[in-house]
Formats: sequence, structure tokens, C-alpha cells
Amino acid sequence: MQALTSRAKQVDRKPMTFIESIYLWNIIKGMIITFKHIWKRKETVKYPEQKREFSPVFRGLHILNRDAEGRENCTACGLCAVACPAEAITMEAAERKAGEEHLYREEKYAARYEINMLRCIFCGFCEEACPKDAIYLTETFAPANYKREGFIYGKQDLLIPTPAEKKKA
Amino acid sequence: MGMSLQQIVFGVLSIISIISALGVILSKNPVTSVLCLIVTFFTIAGHYIMLNAQFLAVVHIIVYAGAIMVLFLFVIMLMNLNAEIEPQKRNWLKYAGAISGGALLLVLLGALREADVTPLQPGSTDIGLISNLGKTLFSQYVVPFEVSSILFLSAMVGAVVIGKREA
Amino acid sequence: MTIDWFFILEKIVLISGVLAISLVVAMYSTWGERKVAGIIQDRIGPNRAGFMGLLQPLADGGKLFFKEEIIPGNSNRFLFILGPSLAMIVACMTSAVIPWGDTLTIAGHTVSLQIADVNIGILYIFGVVSLGVYGIMLGGWASNNKYSLLASIRAASQIISYELAMGLSLIALLMMTGTLSLKEIVEQQRHDGWNVLYQPLGFLIFLVCSFAECNRTPFDLAEAESELNGGYHLEYSSMKLGFYLFAEYINMFISSALMSSLYFGGYSFPGMDSLGLAPNLVTILGTAALFIKIICFLFFFMWVRWTIPRFRYDQLMRLGWNIMIPLALANMLITGAIVLYRSTH
Repeated sequence: MQALTSRAKQVDRKPMTFIESIYLWNIIKGMIITFKHIWKRKETVKYPEQKREFSPVFRGLHILNRDAEGRENCTACGLCAVACPAEAITMEAAERKAGEEHLYREEKYAARYEINMLRCIFCGFCEEACPKDAIYLTETFAPANYKREGFIYGKQDLLIPTPAEKKKA
Repeated sequence: MGMSLQQIVFGVLSIISIISALGVILSKNPVTSVLCLIVTFFTIAGHYIMLNAQFLAVVHIIVYAGAIMVLFLFVIMLMNLNAEIEPQKRNWLKYAGAISGGALLLVLLGALREADVTPLQPGSTDIGLISNLGKTLFSQYVVPFEVSSILFLSAMVGAVVIGKREA
Repeated sequence: MTIDWFFILEKIVLISGVLAISLVVAMYSTWGERKVAGIIQDRIGPNRAGFMGLLQPLADGGKLFFKEEIIPGNSNRFLFILGPSLAMIVACMTSAVIPWGDTLTIAGHTVSLQIADVNIGILYIFGVVSLGVYGIMLGGWASNNKYSLLASIRAASQIISYELAMGLSLIALLMMTGTLSLKEIVEQQRHDGWNVLYQPLGFLIFLVCSFAECNRTPFDLAEAESELNGGYHLEYSSMKLGFYLFAEYINMFISSALMSSLYFGGYSFPGMDSLGLAPNLVTILGTAALFIKIICFLFFFMWVRWTIPRFRYDQLMRLGWNIMIPLALANMLITGAIVLYRSTH
């Protein structure tokens, strides 16, 4: 049979020679290999003090973005929910009333916006689908929770703080 | 006082060995019986040590407590004997057993009453030490010793033959 | 009859000392095992509790003490508790005949660093080791669990099988030394060099058998997780489980001490008698040498565990009966022939 890759190795099915059949030599070889590992570099990351760095393309928890004046970008078009392969996103749209221009950038906004982090696969399709630059994936992950409900993130969990709130904090 | 240390130890060992020997035949659970038998073996080994026969004591423990009783326990565990599946014994069997056992006891008592026990020579108590025992076994008693090893050999051959036939 | 109070005091101190040391060594063997496992697998191992994780065994012990005690409903309660207790007692008993050092002279009294120098020392160890299987068998049976029962039956047949080869390999050594007392065997090695030089095959057989007797990998069939869940201690929790695990480490310690004494000169070390130091100091150095040897063996036990995979059961039995026993018999025959040749020439 032709090998698919150049790395394929033919299995040696010859009967064992006497030296091989007493295994002692093979055991010694194995012992030498494990002994050499004593001086190998340790792979452990000492977690609370050290943290493993995220890769540059890491996709973590979502945020809902605001514009420079602190207004929500999202217009509740639903493209993210359509793009989501895991169907983790639900939303309810509402119309912007007079006097709410400082809250929402567009005439339509998301009254309710929920992402189920247990369903989400963090593929980033929502980020790509969004025409208003409203949703982004960050470099954090969802913390542990005792209940399933805790993993359904609402608008208040997702929205980034307004510039005014940021100054206070 | 009145009693020496040896007598006290002898008394305690004897009481334990009698109690555990009774436990072997009186206990309902076969595993407990085996454990009682092991305790009995230990007390008998203690008696051997008091007779200055340390080699005999240790070999007694290795062979009986360490090997044979393990096999007993092994079989009992595999058969999973317990009180529920124990077959009902007939009453006359119990009476027959008691009478024949009692008769044996009478015979033994009668025989021992007539026998005169010669007191142990102080010099002969060293025979239990391993070097003396080895010298005696391989000089004075070498023929019976080797004959008994042939007995073991034949037992081993028999076991192999039985094992081969089943395979 | 006057009672020698100094003698009794000396023995009590010695017994408690040896017991305490074997418990501490066993405790730190668990730490050492995890450290060695970590280092061999390119990890660090325990490093949180105390400096280098040195308090880890205490934390583990505390955890085991405070865990819930569970006794299975249909089990025989007495035997269930007897199992781990027996395992622990038997493990602690062997240390009585091992010579931990030469004699110390304290205030005119000569104190031997051996609890009991009996003239049947090796047989005593055999007797105690052959009892070790009861703890496992009783525990496994009393658990009323088929996995535990299977494990205990495996353990029993394994220990009985390897005891034979172990005894036969020892007989060759005894032919050479001509004594059953461990102290005398060590003293002979002090002058004539280590026994491993004269009995390499016997040592190898003894080593393999002591792995099997301690239920250590590659012979840990009695606790094969992949086939038997937990093995004989499947139903055990709390300190009763702790006793089983602890007994294994004490057994390892004792068999390391035994191998050091029988084949590697025990408390003697090369050049011991030509140092010209005070006898007491030499004795202490000798004990230190013994402990260094023991630690090397303990490391070897762990090193093997993290290198060699477990045997299959039929392989284990074939190794024991078809390879180890014939090899040990051949070794015995050759040794006997050489001893006979030497004594007649």
C-alpha cells in the first residue's frame, strides 16, 4: 500500500530475537529515556502567579460596543443571530423615542440582547456579520458559575461602560 | 507471685489457642473460622518459641498461616459460602459426630494417662535452633529427610498431571 | 531475676524510633512519588503546601482523617475494618530484624541499632511478608464488591507465586553467607565486599519479586484502575484507605532496607574501618549510608513506576512461574556448586 505521507513508518512484524524477548534491554532503554526527562524544561505554568498568554487570534467573551459619545452601536438588525451557528444569540428590537438620542445611535435599538455562553462556540461569526461594529469578541473567558442561568449574559453584562462611567471608575 | 514469667506466657497462649480453636468449629461464618485457625497457628508458633524452637515456629507460620491458609481463604472466598446456602444437616449426623468425637477423646485421655512424659533434657532444647536442626537433619536423619522430599516431588508430579489433563 | 531496665528502655526507644522513622519515610515517599512523577513527566509536582510542597503529606493526611467514613451496607463490618489494620500492622512488623546500624556506646552501655538480632532474621521477614496478603484479601472480600474480590484474588495468587522465586533467590544468598541473621550478613559484607557482586542474578530476581510483593507497577494488578476501578480498596474511604496506601509505602521502605542490607552492604560502606574516627561517629555515618541506599532504592521504585506499563495477568504469571523460578533454581544450583567446590579445595 502506498503511504499517504512521507512520515508513515512500516510496522516491523518480524518475530522477536532472543535479546528482544527477554525485554531487559528495552526496559533499560525506556528507563534511560525517562531519566533524561529529569533535566528537560518543565512545561508547568504556575497559574495564579503566571498566566499563559492568549494567542493573537484568541476569541473570548463578547462585548457590545458604544460610539465615541457613549451611544449604543447596536441597531438590532439580527444579522449576528442569523450568522450564529450555535443559535446562542437572541434579541428584541425597540424604537428609539424622542429624547433618547444620547443613548442609542440609530433609530432602532436592542431592548433585550442575550447571549447564552454555554451554547456559544466563540467562532466570531457575529463579529464578522455586524454591519455597525457593535459586537466584538474580547480576550477573556466566561468565569465559572453555579447555575446555568448565570451563563446567559444580558445587555448589562455585555455593554461596555460609557465614557462618563469609565471616568468615575 | 508463685508463677514465673514463662508460666504466665504459657497460660495466656494456651487460653488464646483453646478459645480460637473453639472459634474455628463454632463460628457460623467460614471466613471467621479461617481467621480463628490462623490465630491458633500463631499461638502454637508462640509455644514453639517458648520451647526454643524458633525455626520451627517461623516455618510453621510461613507454611501454614502464610501459604496454606491463604489458599483456604481463597477457595472459601470463591465459593462464597454463607449461612443461607449451607445444606441442612440431619440430626443423627450431629449425634454420631458427638459420640465418635467423644470416643476419640476418651481413647486419647486413656493413652496419655498411662504414658510417662520424660522431662526435657536441658541440653536437648537447643535442637530447635537452626544450625543444630540442620546438622541433625542432614546427618542423623538424612534418609527420612530425603525420602520425604521424594514424597513432595511425587505430589508435584501428580498436580502437574492433573493440570495437564484439563488443559 | 533482676530486670535490666536500661535494656527495656533502650528497646522501647529503638522500637518507637524505627516506627516513627518508617512512618515519616512512608509519608515523604508519597511526596517523593508525586515529585518524581512530575519531574519525569516534565511537570513540577506538588509545590503549594510549604517550601517545595514539603507540607503536602501532612495536608493529605489531614484530608484523609476528616473524610467521611463509609462502610458498605452488606459488608462484614469487623473484617472490613480488620483488612486495612492488618495491612498496616504487618507492614510495620518487618522492621524489627533489620540492622539499622552498628552498635553505639552510650554511658558504658553498648546499644545495638537493631531491634532484635534473631538467628532466623530472614525467615522472620518471610513469615511476616507472607501474612501481608491477608490485609488485601480480607479487605477485598469484606467489601462485598466483585471488583474488590477479583483484585484480592489477583493479589493473593500474585504474592504466593512471587514469594517462591524470592525465597529461592534468597537460598542462593544464604548458601554463600551461611547464616540467616541479617546482622551477620551485613558484617560479612563489611569485610568481603557487597553481595550483589557475587549474586547479580539473585539480586535481579529478588528485585523483581519485591516489586511484585509490594504490588508496585509493573505488577500492580491488584489495583489496576482500568480493569478493576480501584482494586481491593475500591470501597474504602477516609483513613482506612489511607492505611492501605500507607502500608504500600512502608512495604516499599522496608524492602528497600532489606535489599540494601542483603545485597548492598547495609550500614557498611567502603573504607568504613580505615577512617580512624570515633566508633560512635562511624556507626552514625553507617546508618546515614544505609539511608542513602534506601533512598536510592525508593527512587528506583518510583522511576520504574513511571516508565514501565502494567503487565497483563497471564504475562505476570508466566514471568513468575516459567522464568523467575527456573532462573532462581539455576542460580541456586550454580551457587551451590561453587560453594561446594570452594569448600573442598
